[in-house]
Amino acid sequence: MVKRKDANAENSASVDFAIAIGGAAGQGIATPGNILARIFARRGLRLNAYNAYQSIIRGGHTFLTIRASDRPIWSMGDSLDIMIPLNQDTMDRHLHVIPSGSAVIYDEAKIQPSNAPAGVQLCPLPIKELIAGNKLAANTVAVAVVLSLLGIEFDDLEDALERIFARKGDAVVASNREIAQLGYDYASANFIAFPYKVPRLSKGLAVVTGNEAAAMGALAAGMKFYAAYPMSPATGVLMYIARHARDLGVIVRQVEDELGVINMVIGAAHAGCRAMCATSGGGFALMTEAIGMSGMIETPIVCIDVQRAGPATGVPTKTEQGDLWQILGAGQGDYPRLIVAPTSHADLFNTIPELFNLTDKYQCPGLVLSDLLISEGTASVDPDELNFHPTIDRGQMIFPDGDSANPYGGYNDNSYLRYKNTESGISPRAVPGVPGHLHVAASDEHDEDGTLISDEFTNPHKRRMMVEKRARKMTTVLDAIQPPEIVGPEIAEFTLVGFGSTWGVILEAIEKLANEEGMIGNQLHIKWIVPFHADVVSRILNQAKRVIIVENNFSGQFARYLRSETGFKASGYIRKYDGEPFMPHHIVDGVKVLLEGETDLYVPTHEMVV
Amino acid sequence: MITTVADPILVSSVPQSTMEVTRESYKGKIHPDWCPGCGDFSVLAAIQKALTELSLQPHQVITISGIGCSSNLPGFINTYGMHTLHGRGLAVATGMKMANHELTVIATGGDGDGFGIGGNHFLHAMRRNVDLTYIVMDNQIYGLTTGQTSPTSVMGMQTKSTPEGNLENPINPIPLAMVGGATFVARGFSGKQAHLVEVLKQAIEHKGFSFVDVFSPCVTYNLDNTYKWFKPRVKLLEDEDHDSNDFHAAMDRGYQWGDEIPVGVFWRRDDLLSLNDLEPVLSEGGPLAYRSLGLSVDQSDRLIAEMM
Repeated sequence: MVKRKDANAENSASVDFAIAIGGAAGQGIATPGNILARIFARRGLRLNAYNAYQSIIRGGHTFLTIRASDRPIWSMGDSLDIMIPLNQDTMDRHLHVIPSGSAVIYDEAKIQPSNAPAGVQLCPLPIKELIAGNKLAANTVAVAVVLSLLGIEFDDLEDALERIFARKGDAVVASNREIAQLGYDYASANFIAFPYKVPRLSKGLAVVTGNEAAAMGALAAGMKFYAAYPMSPATGVLMYIARHARDLGVIVRQVEDELGVINMVIGAAHAGCRAMCATSGGGFALMTEAIGMSGMIETPIVCIDVQRAGPATGVPTKTEQGDLWQILGAGQGDYPRLIVAPTSHADLFNTIPELFNLTDKYQCPGLVLSDLLISEGTASVDPDELNFHPTIDRGQMIFPDGDSANPYGGYNDNSYLRYKNTESGISPRAVPGVPGHLHVAASDEHDEDGTLISDEFTNPHKRRMMVEKRARKMTTVLDAIQPPEIVGPEIAEFTLVGFGSTWGVILEAIEKLANEEGMIGNQLHIKWIVPFHADVVSRILNQAKRVIIVENNFSGQFARYLRSETGFKASGYIRKYDGEPFMPHHIVDGVKVLLEGETDLYVPTHEMVV
Repeated sequence: MITTVADPILVSSVPQSTMEVTRESYKGKIHPDWCPGCGDFSVLAAIQKALTELSLQPHQVITISGIGCSSNLPGFINTYGMHTLHGRGLAVATGMKMANHELTVIATGGDGDGFGIGGNHFLHAMRRNVDLTYIVMDNQIYGLTTGQTSPTSVMGMQTKSTPEGNLENPINPIPLAMVGGATFVARGFSGKQAHLVEVLKQAIEHKGFSFVDVFSPCVTYNLDNTYKWFKPRVKLLEDEDHDSNDFHAAMDRGYQWGDEIPVGVFWRRDDLLSLNDLEPVLSEGGPLAYRSLGLSVDQSDRLIAEMM
């Protein structure tokens, strides 16, 4: 564990602490976690929470880490300040790695501390006496103790309890408040508070998971149809949209399988809706043929792959960036599509409307590469960072606006060519129901009017024309997306390169290397996979001193992609593929080892066994 | 006509034209490339006649198919159309109907497409009772791949993939559709086109999932179940005083095979609402696909409040 800056003054500029709650699935970890997260965010603290869990409904080991600070943070961090073990297993697993200066809060009747490291404050609680029979409130006591140790006023907890338990009635709120007060006072009397107090900042923040951010981004973009088959870790998108669908005029369908999901989405999109689905790698594998159809019939859709550790069923509740080549290879044949890997919760939100605009403009599928870390992870966001009213640009679409000279024409009289061979490759798209624009959208290769050229009318010249027409759309799309840029000092000893969700943890590792090791690095992070700003990236990397690629998979999928697009070969690689996300110190350690030059590959060990 | 803004919708309904609908209106500019004598010609003609007689307008209809000989049908009829992936026509059609419930949605395909590779979607489209009409051109063989066994090939049938005879039991689509929850279940024969037109008209007008299995002989690869084989066997249910509201009688008729094979409407119920009628989001405001996009400030404020 890495040493943290000491924040001993009450009005210190910076607090940065992490709390972990561990126990068996079903022991009620989510509620205290949620209460703490909301209290911190309402005080204006930045927040990042990661839940290490397993594919089990009751039992096993779940370990939720909530980190908060008054400055921006982008990962769960490296260290724990408070641990709340709800069972003996959690105590035994993690007590030995808890650093000096931290506190461990537990029910003294149920859990025994094994051998605590020196300097760890043990906070045993007489839970049974404090809760007076209200077993459901046991975890409320632990929350109250945490707040007391952090110097957070009891009022904040009262507020939070009222909001969280309001649905359950006044009696439940009152009982929780009373028990919380007992716990808060017990802690003040018996335990030593941290030498700093958590400040209250001027602006409260929101709390959001990545799945919720993606769902909200889609709703902001005007998505009207969402379909899904439940699959971890993407199910949160379905649940959020389902909960809000009636209110917002959105149709949601849970479909029999992912083949049905994507094809239903294509049907709705072809009708003229903005339509979306989300799944994980296994479901995405089933969808790929239809994603090719979206490209072929030029019906835009958005599809999110929330990656989990694979292959096959893999580790359903663990994270990985192992689907890059799956998403690059999704669907047989050559066809234009967009692939984007958002870098944070707010970025995930704001990327979805941008992608809907691009897919409408370029009439092709838009694929989002997220992962468990970002999609199931929780973070604070300033609501002002989320654009709930983005520009909506549907590109060249034709909706009904009344009768037409020959309402049943279009195809028969050649008055409308759905796949007109235009200079831009983009052909105005009429939706079904428009008089005078009849046509067939065919997954077989077709002529400008939609006539199949796969059988009787096969023609190599037309086939070539249509392949080139679709491909031509991609010649202008690169200008529509932001090129990646170097973050940090221009002159640096090393440049760390990653893609998607690792942006924040890499940024923090670079800060740590500079602050704690005096090693100056900078960052080039890739968000847009296709199209890819190969020239910009090449220019930057060829000027860099040493380039290290950081990614959450075994074989260096991004390193291979980068090489295929730019010819650039990095000098070192940091890869992690144990199911758990990078912590900043994993990257710090990796950079130190790689810069020594003995090896070009560093694989960190995840110390916490969760 | 071309829109680039958030709120492009000029009408909130599929327009109704004043132009008369005739058989010509539904004629496509491409002549079907099916083998001469293929049963699908008659099915195509029957669909065109049914739509004409129902006075539906071509731009208000979308025909959606999967893949196979019969799935080329959307290219030969003058409606909006989609020629999708093998087995996926019903999933696409469901999305289409939910997104624009004012359209008449007709899904077409073959027995391999619908009962084989698309079997799962068939089951779930039926239980959802989406208001669309599913017409299967059932020739009991894989034609476009040149003659392999299909889910409706009878036991013992010799095909290129079962040269010693088919060992597997076929699916019987009629009872399957009945227990699957289809609210209109019928069978036609391309050798009885006038009867088929009447069946299709009822199917298209039915509010819910209507299924019509049509014996549509493959003259090239199925030399067992030919026009000649079917003609003496096919009996019209309408001639036999069959009560299509009697589930058990319909089941018995559905299982009948051999010397007498019934065609007509086996089973229907009109007491259930379709999925699109049940969906509250569609109760007002016209087709979902034509509505304006984006959240109101009230709506976004509510979403933000939830996060705080």
